[in-house]
Amino acid sequence: MSQEIIAGSGKGSLKSYLTGVVLALILTAIPFGMVMSASFSSSVLLIGIFGAGIVQILVHLRYFLHLDASSRESWNMAAIIFTLIIVVLFVGGSIWIMYDLHHRMM
Amino acid sequence: MMTTEASTIDMAYSGEIEHPDTIGAQTLGFWIYLMSDLIIFGTLFATYVVLGQNYAGGPTAKEVFDIYYVLGETLILLLSSLTYGLVMLAVRDGVKKWVLIGLAVTFLLGLGFVSMEVKEFYGLITKGHAPDVSAFLSSYFTLVGTHGTHVTFGLIWIAVMMVQVVVKGLTSPVQSRLMRLGMFWHFLDLVWIGIFSIVYLRGVM
Repeated sequence: MSQEIIAGSGKGSLKSYLTGVVLALILTAIPFGMVMSASFSSSVLLIGIFGAGIVQILVHLRYFLHLDASSRESWNMAAIIFTLIIVVLFVGGSIWIMYDLHHRMM
Repeated sequence: MMTTEASTIDMAYSGEIEHPDTIGAQTLGFWIYLMSDLIIFGTLFATYVVLGQNYAGGPTAKEVFDIYYVLGETLILLLSSLTYGLVMLAVRDGVKKWVLIGLAVTFLLGLGFVSMEVKEFYGLITKGHAPDVSAFLSSYFTLVGTHGTHVTFGLIWIAVMMVQVVVKGLTSPVQSRLMRLGMFWHFLDLVWIGIFSIVYLRGVM
């Protein structure tokens, strides 16, 4: 039986999973609470929603998927950084081009 | 002596003996699959962001989304991520009973999530807010539906793994599969963060 877990979801301890869940709950409560209270301006709301979302994604990567910068996982890290560059190009590029087009056609 | 050797070879052929390096390679390979999945979701998010305001005279995001319902779905999925983490701890400790209980609880939570999503889609379609009404609804159904389909396949995988844990026990290949299933499950929770932020919260604000 292999106790040697290389990467992925096998390295956690009870403490790390509970830490992850508590942080995720807080980071879910913040944007939902902000939107439900309806007492913030839309720019503050956007910052709150996306700030909490990005931090929560990092929390999930760290505490649930156990992704860190250790040398054993350098390929996992390289793969996700490469993928994120591609995704930023796709999403950012699409939004940029389409909104620019929208603006020019008004 | 001969019998032992023969049975060793036999086991090797049936794929039930694996070197730890194999698990590492399988994990990395599966991670790369997840990254390709992330690109699929990335393109669907881009599509939604570009088309999400094109209501074409149909309902707006604010009219069709119920934020309390989405909070319920979010909490169920987050809880299922925790229960899957507990499954992996039970796998590490080699306690088969708790692995099965954890998988069963994760399955029920995942089933609850998918049922809520199906109910939401059904409600929208019966109210006349079908995917063919506007670009907003088309891109919404595609993005959220793709996530829901992934969760459904995750449920099938959980069911298969429960059978394997019972039949094969916690062998090294079964552990490796449970680990990859965990990566898949946590990954889907991660994509859901993007969905509730970009689609639902931004939609109703």
